[in-house]
Amino acid sequence: MKKSVFLGALTVAGLAAGAAAAGTLDDVKARGKLNCGVTTGLVGFAAPDENGRWDGFDVGVCRAVAAAVLGDPDAVEFVPTTGKTRFTALASGEIDVLARNTTWTFSRDVDLKFTFVGVNYYNGQGFMVPKELGVSSAKELDGATVCIQTGTTTELNLADFFRANNISYEPVPIETNAEGQQQYLAGACDTYTTDASGLAATRASFENPADHVVLPEIISKEPLGPLVRHGDDEWGDVVRWTLNALIAAEELGITSANIGELSAAAGDNPEVNRLLGTEGNLGEMLGLDADWAVKAVQAGGNYGELFEKNIGENSPVGLARGLNAQWTDGGLLYSPPFR
Amino acid sequence: MTAMTDPARESFRLSMLIYDTRYRSFTIQAVALLGFMLFGAWLISNTITNLQTLGKPVQFGFLLEPAQYDINQRLLDYNNRDTHLRAAFIGLTNTLLVAFLGCIAATILGVFVGVLRLSKNWLVAKIMAVYVEVFRNVPVLLWIVLAMAVLIESLPSPKDFRGDNATASMSFFDSVAVTNRGVYIPEPLFSRSLGDVHLLGDSPLRMDLSLDLLAIVLVIIASIFAIKKVNARATAIQNSTGLRPTTWHVNLGIFFVPLIVLLIALGFHLGYPELKGFNFQGGTHLRNSLTALWLALSLYTAAFIAEIVRAGILAISHGQTEAAGALGLRPKRIMSLVVLPQALRVIIPPLISNYLNLTKNSSLAIAVGYMDITGTLGGITMNQTGRELESVLMLMLAYLIISLSISAVMNWYNSRVKLVER
Repeated sequence: MKKSVFLGALTVAGLAAGAAAAGTLDDVKARGKLNCGVTTGLVGFAAPDENGRWDGFDVGVCRAVAAAVLGDPDAVEFVPTTGKTRFTALASGEIDVLARNTTWTFSRDVDLKFTFVGVNYYNGQGFMVPKELGVSSAKELDGATVCIQTGTTTELNLADFFRANNISYEPVPIETNAEGQQQYLAGACDTYTTDASGLAATRASFENPADHVVLPEIISKEPLGPLVRHGDDEWGDVVRWTLNALIAAEELGITSANIGELSAAAGDNPEVNRLLGTEGNLGEMLGLDADWAVKAVQAGGNYGELFEKNIGENSPVGLARGLNAQWTDGGLLYSPPFR
Repeated sequence: MTAMTDPARESFRLSMLIYDTRYRSFTIQAVALLGFMLFGAWLISNTITNLQTLGKPVQFGFLLEPAQYDINQRLLDYNNRDTHLRAAFIGLTNTLLVAFLGCIAATILGVFVGVLRLSKNWLVAKIMAVYVEVFRNVPVLLWIVLAMAVLIESLPSPKDFRGDNATASMSFFDSVAVTNRGVYIPEPLFSRSLGDVHLLGDSPLRMDLSLDLLAIVLVIIASIFAIKKVNARATAIQNSTGLRPTTWHVNLGIFFVPLIVLLIALGFHLGYPELKGFNFQGGTHLRNSLTALWLALSLYTAAFIAEIVRAGILAISHGQTEAAGALGLRPKRIMSLVVLPQALRVIIPPLISNYLNLTKNSSLAIAVGYMDITGTLGGITMNQTGRELESVLMLMLAYLIISLSISAVMNWYNSRVKLVER
């Protein structure tokens, strides 16, 4: 088994060099399918629905990219990855883009040689506890047993938080979110920690969500975003501007409902026209069709629609927009101009 | 008179390397070796070049950077400011711990089951057969996950011990707490402790050696030596007079009196676990991850060892037992003097490979969140630093060293018990 890992690493290294040289955009077009890395299942972000069709907020980004590049939001091969396998999968070329609640950090960007193309969710790490425990602040967790997904930034934040507050804890490392749920619900750990959005999603899938509370402390900055391999800027641009197109579409009031009408002919707003390809040649610059952004928005709606449908306040996950509102509404979402 | 001349000595020609059967095999081997080395060199250079292209040259400097993560089960001191190398070493000690406990438990259980499977009692033999077949035909990973799930779901959580109408209570006179976070047992404490010696200074491999433990071990070894002397003297008396003096009470005294005196001198007492805050505090915490892994690995490997033991005993012809019986030996002595020494010759070599299997299977520990070396170096460190190749190479080296050490020890033991053939 060890030997196969070693040989696997060799092949991985070989594949990666090949993939980086060929140009991911051409590869995806030739293949006719986008390989997109997602979580193994996190309600609201990426999980197969009852028909086995992948659905969620991160999945929406994958589908938008597939629609922009290939014209078909269903031309996506979803590759479930764990916290430990995701980077190897991306570096090796097994996936073209990783949209999996991955925190943008310095070392991942610089040392692991990835390019984060933007932020699709501003997150932070929180704690969930059973209500009956009577804890109201994370600083009261001295001596608690903490379930934590191994191989994530949350593990390091947790160590830093407890060290900075000079309190002790017992980490219980777990491999996937499902195992974390099992251990937490059985009382094998007092608290479960991960990104606050992940906690909300996990809590939503419980039988009695009201028996559990997410503590107010957010102990870290976790900007989550899709990422691609270093060194293929053309492909990075495609994913980056697809994400920006979704954000800009919300800002400009383009929704899946009115996009057909708006893209039929050039209208009064030049930026809308440039984005939807009725004016200028932005699509051509990216190496895509002129109506790439139209297809991207049609895939699942603009950023706000994706948010509301999958993780918004009316969905089971029930997250408020908070920092993830448009900059015009006091949030942090700010797409560079389309010109 | 005929002149005797030696046949002209054939001079060596290069073509003989191919056409002369005396040299041909060397040629083929040399060519094969060269080819194999070239293939290896190609793989290695390919890897290095490709990693260089990716901007990830092979470096081991990351091992000396702070690990930044915590490990729950630590046999040696460690905190999240220590280096990745230290974290890997802590993982290594955890691997060795579960391998050691597993090998012992699997051997005891395996011998027991192997012997019972040969029992003349139909029910006992069949039950053991079912155990062996069930355990060795299901992947060990499933047993590990099942053991963990059973422990987590069936045992009470610490909060059940709290309050006036607690649904769970501690066992063994309130000294042991069995929870779904692990078993808390009393820990030995010494009020007049001799302290620790710190070995290897500040290096990542540093360790503390408890002088109390060392003193206890030394006293026990000395006692055993004294008991052997007493027994040798008893044998000498028996040989000269034919009467063996009773020695058991002397032996018991030699074993226990110095030990008890030492324990009193050190101020030995037990520290009991107590429910404080979220968890039990004090006592020794046997985590469920360790218990589940230990249990599953032992039960799984014991099924194989049972078959080896059964095969070993069946390999000794029944004539041996009958002959020994004819010499007047009793069944117990027949087993210990005639059958087992010969059976061990058959048992030991496959037993070695089962110990190796158990050790290597312990790398499945991450399934239950047990922080062995695969979990630390091959898990968190690899993932946080992105140094896959380096980490995997070091992991392979670590398992290679462990396995070769086990082999060396067991082979030495094998050479001692094997039948000397004349």
